[in-house]
Amino acid sequence: MLDNNQLLRFTTAGSVDDGKSTLIGRLLYDSKSIFEDQLQSIENTSKKKGHNGVDLALFTDGLRDEREQGITIDVAYRYFTTPKRKFIIADTPGHIQYTRNMVTGASTANAAIILVDARHGVIEQTKRHSFIASLLQIPHIIVCINKMDLVDYSEDAYNEVINQFEEFSSKLLVQDIRFIPISALNGDNVVNRSKNMDWYQGAPLLHTLETMHISSDINKVDARFPVQTVLRPQSDKHRDYRGYAGRVASGIFRVGDEVTAMPSGFSSKIKSIDVLDESLKEAYAPMSISMTLEDDIDISRGDMIVRTNNKPESSQDIEVMLCWLNDNSAKPRTKYSIKHTSNDQKAMIKEIIYKIDIETLNRNTEDKSLNMNDISKVKIRTTKPLMVDSYRENRTTGSIILIDDTTNETVAAGMVV
Amino acid sequence: MSKYYLNYLDELESEAIYVLREVWAQFDNPVILFSGGKDSILVTHLAKKAFYPAKIPFPLMHVDTGHNFPETIQFRDNIIKELGVELIVGSVQESIDEGRVAEEKGKNATRNALQITTLLDAIETNKIDCAIGGGRRDEEKARAKERFFSHRDDFGQWDPKNQRPELWNIFNGKHFEGEHFRAFPISNWTEMDVWNYIKRENIAIPSLYFAHEREVVWRQDSWIPNSEFLVLEDHEEIVTKKIRFRTLGDITITGGIESDADTLDKIADEVSGMRQTERGNRSDDKRSESAMEDRKRQGYF
Repeated sequence: MLDNNQLLRFTTAGSVDDGKSTLIGRLLYDSKSIFEDQLQSIENTSKKKGHNGVDLALFTDGLRDEREQGITIDVAYRYFTTPKRKFIIADTPGHIQYTRNMVTGASTANAAIILVDARHGVIEQTKRHSFIASLLQIPHIIVCINKMDLVDYSEDAYNEVINQFEEFSSKLLVQDIRFIPISALNGDNVVNRSKNMDWYQGAPLLHTLETMHISSDINKVDARFPVQTVLRPQSDKHRDYRGYAGRVASGIFRVGDEVTAMPSGFSSKIKSIDVLDESLKEAYAPMSISMTLEDDIDISRGDMIVRTNNKPESSQDIEVMLCWLNDNSAKPRTKYSIKHTSNDQKAMIKEIIYKIDIETLNRNTEDKSLNMNDISKVKIRTTKPLMVDSYRENRTTGSIILIDDTTNETVAAGMVV
Repeated sequence: MSKYYLNYLDELESEAIYVLREVWAQFDNPVILFSGGKDSILVTHLAKKAFYPAKIPFPLMHVDTGHNFPETIQFRDNIIKELGVELIVGSVQESIDEGRVAEEKGKNATRNALQITTLLDAIETNKIDCAIGGGRRDEEKARAKERFFSHRDDFGQWDPKNQRPELWNIFNGKHFEGEHFRAFPISNWTEMDVWNYIKRENIAIPSLYFAHEREVVWRQDSWIPNSEFLVLEDHEEIVTKKIRFRTLGDITITGGIESDADTLDKIADEVSGMRQTERGNRSDDKRSESAMEDRKRQGYF
């Protein structure tokens, strides 16, 4: 594997019978990422269940309940590597009650694979998955039109799905959508080019994943550095060292840059950027570094260091698209803990502006409840200002979670509008 | 414009450092679970990077089954000295002596499951609220579902069907008195990534990982090392083979593979051509389809 190989994270979404598990099994199998003992164990189980041949879908079933029920309950992560890239798959369930898991898987993904059954075309679930992918601002969407073997590898069937998809996707904000006709079961256009679809001129799925341009997906303009912790060594050698440790959220920081600490507003210049005993000239997202400043100013966890001439909005009132993730519905006038980068505050949901009807994508301004899997636009007020960017511009400084203090559970995920 | 993106190893490193710093910021009394195996050595190395020039701000904790490779203990003691951090030992032998657990009986008896009690006892006695582990999602199918921050109830149990959703890189470590967390900074690394990184950073690892001559016995499809704890079956025979270990654990159940790989380069080459998972040589995982899931639910690493 080459030293400049990148990491690509993608999520897979599909309905129960779209063949999602089979597709992942096929990707891993054809790219030779399944080990012999794993294959042996799948072969044994396939035989026990009376399947013909190896049921590749079994490879992605993790927990005992899932093996018994034959469905995916929770997000599972899979890994494979080709000579071009390392891949992380967030394998998420497609059932309606598991929207929260898809949101979870989508939150870190560079790309989303959305599976459509060629026989059924675009259905409600396809729309829901595509909407979530666009809401979570996954930069690249690949629509795999699966089970082409069951429609005689027909180009018309493929084009029909594309037409249906484009009809509703014009309402979504997605930068890059591609379509690939596949048969996960038989392996057409997954790793290897299909011999059954000469009319398709594009690349197979794996090649697409290996070559798609992802370096420009990260915001390189707005320099944001949320401080996680302050490093103050007690040794004689580093007595005066005061390093702000964190991960660059976006943009580029260089030694000598004029920076401002928020919310205090004090300014200084970057004195050094350190990783272990090495000093760097510059740091960019998503590097974990320690930063020292020329002046001794008071900065602690939850603060954000930004370039003086490019600051995020500092506000106690934010509007977010909120996805409710918990069985306990939102309680009005209740204080929740809010987490935003390394900042921890209290917050209250002031107003529910509208709820999105996930089937039609219409806005419902009447329904003011927030239940499991609901996605709504809301107004939130926090006890102290948060330094936010819009989620569309910055996935790190534009995202929040809400925690219920009575259970400590993460109950909602929000994207700053 | 020069390249402003990280390669996969740098990205994994940065992610792990971020997780370690979050643990330090969100918990009062975290520890690194240190077994002397390559994954816990890697986590310790990343912790050094995360807090340099300050020392690693938490102790290492070793759950000692009493069935150790002497090389592992030597290595552990050296690393403690070099980093100047505290060592906490949870002893399975003591748990047995105190009657907290009973040795398994029968031919395939191991102390593997007994570690759970010792680990949970050590967590409770030392008031640990987060135990950082070297678990990786690629190791085993139950581990594929782990969060970076993984909640344990006040019995130390994991409830895989009711995990907190983990979005972006915002980790929720909030917990009630008596509960604790497990944190897994190298969740997204594969065995190959670990070796490539150890090679790149030239991280010291125990000699057991390199091919060497050793007395072994063929048992359950791998070479089990001879030791004072080994009880031979009638048909078994001790032979000398050139072997190395892919994982390190309890000496009585950690099987080696025949190998000539005696440098990091050769190991990385060998691993990239492997057709068996690394835990394939661990008899603890062979007991049933859900052996790992069952142990994890109870509080295993």
